[in-house]
Parts: sequence; C-alpha cells; structure tokens
Amino acid sequence: MLDKLVDTGKKATRDGYGAGMHELGKVNPNVVALCADLVASLKIQEFIDENPERFIQSGISEANMMGMAAGLATGGKIPFPSTFANFATGRVYDQIRQSIAYSEKNVKICASHAGLTLGEDGATHQILEDIGMMRMLPGFTVINPCDYNQTKAATIALAEHVGPAYLRFGRPSWPNFTPADQKFEIGKALMLSEGTDVSIFSTGHMVWQTIEAARALEKEGISCELINIHTIKPLDEAAVLASVAKTGCVVTAEEHNRYGGLGDAIAQVLTSNHPVPQEYVAVNDSFGESGKPAELLPKYGLGIDDVVAAVKKVLKRK
Amino acid sequence: MADIAKLERIASQVRRDIIRQTSSAESGHPGGSLGCTDYLVALYFEIMDHDPKFNMEAEGEDVFFLSNGHISPLWYSVLARSGYFPIEELATFRQINSRLQGHPATHEGLPGIRVASGSLGQGVSVAIGMALSKKLNGDDKLVFALTGDGEQQEGQIWEAALAAAHLKVDNLIVACDRNGQQIDGPTKEVMSLGDLSAKWAAFGWHVIELPKGNDMKSIVKTIEEAKKHTGKGKPIMIMLDTEMGYGVDFMQGTHKWHGKAPNAEQTADALSQLEETLGDY
Repeated sequence: MLDKLVDTGKKATRDGYGAGMHELGKVNPNVVALCADLVASLKIQEFIDENPERFIQSGISEANMMGMAAGLATGGKIPFPSTFANFATGRVYDQIRQSIAYSEKNVKICASHAGLTLGEDGATHQILEDIGMMRMLPGFTVINPCDYNQTKAATIALAEHVGPAYLRFGRPSWPNFTPADQKFEIGKALMLSEGTDVSIFSTGHMVWQTIEAARALEKEGISCELINIHTIKPLDEAAVLASVAKTGCVVTAEEHNRYGGLGDAIAQVLTSNHPVPQEYVAVNDSFGESGKPAELLPKYGLGIDDVVAAVKKVLKRK
Repeated sequence: MADIAKLERIASQVRRDIIRQTSSAESGHPGGSLGCTDYLVALYFEIMDHDPKFNMEAEGEDVFFLSNGHISPLWYSVLARSGYFPIEELATFRQINSRLQGHPATHEGLPGIRVASGSLGQGVSVAIGMALSKKLNGDDKLVFALTGDGEQQEGQIWEAALAAAHLKVDNLIVACDRNGQQIDGPTKEVMSLGDLSAKWAAFGWHVIELPKGNDMKSIVKTIEEAKKHTGKGKPIMIMLDTEMGYGVDFMQGTHKWHGKAPNAEQTADALSQLEETLGDY
C-alpha cells in the first residue's frame, strides 16, 4: 500500500482551507467567514469575492473576533473565525473558553501557520502548544489535516458538524496525496498503509514524514502500519487499539510540543487499555526559531530520520 | 405610555429577590445588582419585545446580553419574574446542582441565558456578533447589552468599540453602568477611566447620557430615545449613572458590597426597606 501514497503535486494546506471555504460559500448560506487582517494568508479571497456580505473583517482584534463569532453562532450562523494559529488559540484562550466552549457555540476556529513549518517568522508565530490547549477544552473537536485535499474536505465537513471545533493547518507547500474526492469523517482514523511490526500514528504535516520513513524502513524489512489521526479529539480509540493489538508498539508523530498533543492523547488510550512501548516524534519542550521548514524539521527532531530512529528504538523495547 | 408605578413595584420585588438570593447563598454580588435593577426591569418589562418561552436564536425578538456577569442575581430575578423559569428556582442560586450558577451560563440550560459571562470584557463582542446575525437574517429587532464601568479596563472592550463603529452595527444599544466602584475601591483610585462618554463618542458611537440611572421614568424615556437613534449607522452607548447598592441604605454608594452577601441581621434590615410587591419566592 505504501507505493499508492503518491505526491500528486505540492500544495499548502491553507490553500485547502481556502478551497473548502470557496465551496462552502456556494452551498451553505449560513457560513460566515471572519478574519483578523490575514485574508491573503488564509486564502479566503474567493469566498469574500462571492459572498461579501458574509465576510466580517475583524482587524487585528482577535479577542473581539472570537466574541463576535460566539454572537453570530447564537443567532444561528456558522462562523469560521480565522487567523494564525498562535493568535487563534493562546492569545484568546479565555475568550474561547467562556464565550465559545463553555457556552457550547457552533464556532469553527480555523488556524493557519501552525508549527515550525511557518518558517522564517520564527518562534513568536510558530505555535507548538495549540493542540494541547484546544483538546483540554471540554467538548471541543480538534482536527489537524495532513494535506491540501484533506484540509479542504475537513473544512467542508465542519459546516455540517454541530459544536465548537478547532481546525489546524499550515503555511508551506507540502505533498498532496490523499484523494481529491474524499469524504471527511470527523473522529475517524484513516488507515494509510497496513503493517505488522509497529503502529505509527501521525497528524498534520508529519504524516508525509512518516510515509517517507516507512518506505525507508520497508527496505530494511520493517513493516510499518501507518494511521493518520486527523481528528485528535474525539480520538478514534477503537482504531488505535485494533492496530496496537496487531503490532504491539507505537510511534506518534506531530508538529507540536511533546506535551499535550497527539502523543499524549494516544498514550492515555494505551495506558488505560493496552499498555505497550511508545516513542514520541515531537518537539522536545522548546520554542522554534527562524529558518526554512526543511531545515527546521530535522533540527527540532521532526525529520524523516527522526521517525526512522524512533521506530528502531521502540522495536527494541517490544 | 409606560406604567412607571408598576415598573417600580417590580423593581422593589426584584431587589428583595437579590437580597434573599445572596443571603441564602452566603455569597454573590448584591451591590451592582441593586444598582442596575431599575435598568433591567425597564428593559424586560417595558422596552424589549421578547418571548419567555425562550428560543436561543431569538429570531424576531429583541435580545439582551449581560457582560458583567457577576450581577447574576439581578438577571435571574428579572428572568424568573418575566416567566423564563419558575420563581421558586431562585432559591437554588449558587447551590450544587442548580441551573443558577454563580455567574450566568448556558451549560445547565437555564432559559434566558445565551452566552456565559463572568470573565469580564467579552459581552459587548458577543452582542455585536448577535446584532450582525440579525442583519444577515433580515431581522429588524434590537440587541441590548449591559457592561460595568470597571469592565472598561479590559482591552477587549475597546476592540469591540472599534469594531461596532467600523461595521456600523446600528441595531445595538449598550449601557455602561457607571457606578464608579469596583472590588478594590472607587474606579478613579483603582484605574482611572477618564471621560468614558468622550471615549465612546471618539470611537464612533452615539453616546446618550442617563444621569438618573435609578429613576424609572428617566430610564424608560432615555431608552425610548436611544431606540430612535438605531438604524442610523452608529452603535449606541447609554452612559448609565447608577448608585451601587441602591435601595438599601447601608449598601448604597460603596464598593464594600460589591461581592459580599448580607448576614441574617443585615438581610432583615435590607428587606425592611424593600416592599414585598409580587410575593417572595
């Protein structure tokens, strides 16, 4: 199955968001887009051009944007407030907590430029804690799609989902390999490639890194089961446990701090149900720095070689 | 014409409800609640077109948001006395398993509440969003909100002030309870607010003064006037001068009763000053 995972041409996940919003603008009259002075970066110009009355330019005022989104949802609209992931979460955590999460508002927070792959802007903008923050909020759905096609499908699926949700995507051009016609099922893990020696659970940009790592490991006779966890909350526990029952060990991979993200979510399931060795591929409790994504990922332990090393390490612990 | 005497009788009963709720909970915020009683009674019993059967989306209804959520005993009393939920439920204020949380919440499904508040500075933003949704829905009803003056120290308030003017949210009437008090003392000592009226006007709002914020006739007249200014491209701010603790002599004009409940003796004293007009719960 690994040879079927082919890059059909690099595209940014944020472009997938823009394409999803463009589609939603045509099919769902209740969808309202908000943006905090980052329209070009969020790729929603087509939505705005076709639905100017359903776009609310919010200026550099993220707290007020989240509050307005809560109010729009109260009136029956489906607001998609959007900005960079850092400003969409940590900066406005209490506004999200009280006005959206606790108030159970149907708001879809859409966040681009998450993680190290934001690149040159550096650590002020490279949030690596957002998955942890958002999954701690009761009732929040947390999604981190892996490529353009999946981000587009996830965006469209969110409009049909009722409840607060966080959609995390990124800046760089990245391999696009999932089907263009996919139906996105929130909360359902995606089997990318079956294997027998180790289960690799990955999310976001790191999914492609694990595919490349699995190809290298296959040449060494190691069989990896690749599972894409696009929805970190609610987590598809059944899929995790079914895979682990087969392989007996786990590697998790995420563009996030090792605390609070996908790795911890998987570890919670394992410790309560089926304890097996697990290795984390994640940022080791640090901030990032300026640089190109291809330079930053290996420097911070998120390279293809890091996935390979984690697999070999966990296999020894079996 | 508004029946001012009737509204004043309701306000007296609401003030009794505030004292009795905070007293039996041995906690809560009577000061600001008593000060804003007349304004909220005027809104719910005279001004707003609203349905106590409660529909979250409030299509075709006027809507109210409370940003300074700590004056919840006032809002709960007004909602119960308007028919949103049984009056007897006021006895559960701040108790375990109650829908009447310390600060207003939607989580337990209390009719009349549309968003949680308590962490300050957020309500005006939510009210703007609701007003925008009414415009998108072609609904010509109004959105009302109340915010405290201490709350004006939150940055988000001024983000909201900018946005509402820029977006021409002219179906929104916010009132700022300018009682000059906050937990740690007078606002001018804790963090001076300067000329709030001038600030809101400079942000592009139509500002209306209501210097007699505990006088029912004056309140009704001013809100009616404010309504006449809706639909003219500007959001509206009523600068509502109230006296914290109004109606109970020993609570009046001091920050000391901001977040403190009366004991049994003080409760009896307070209730002796407030006529029971509609029957206690």
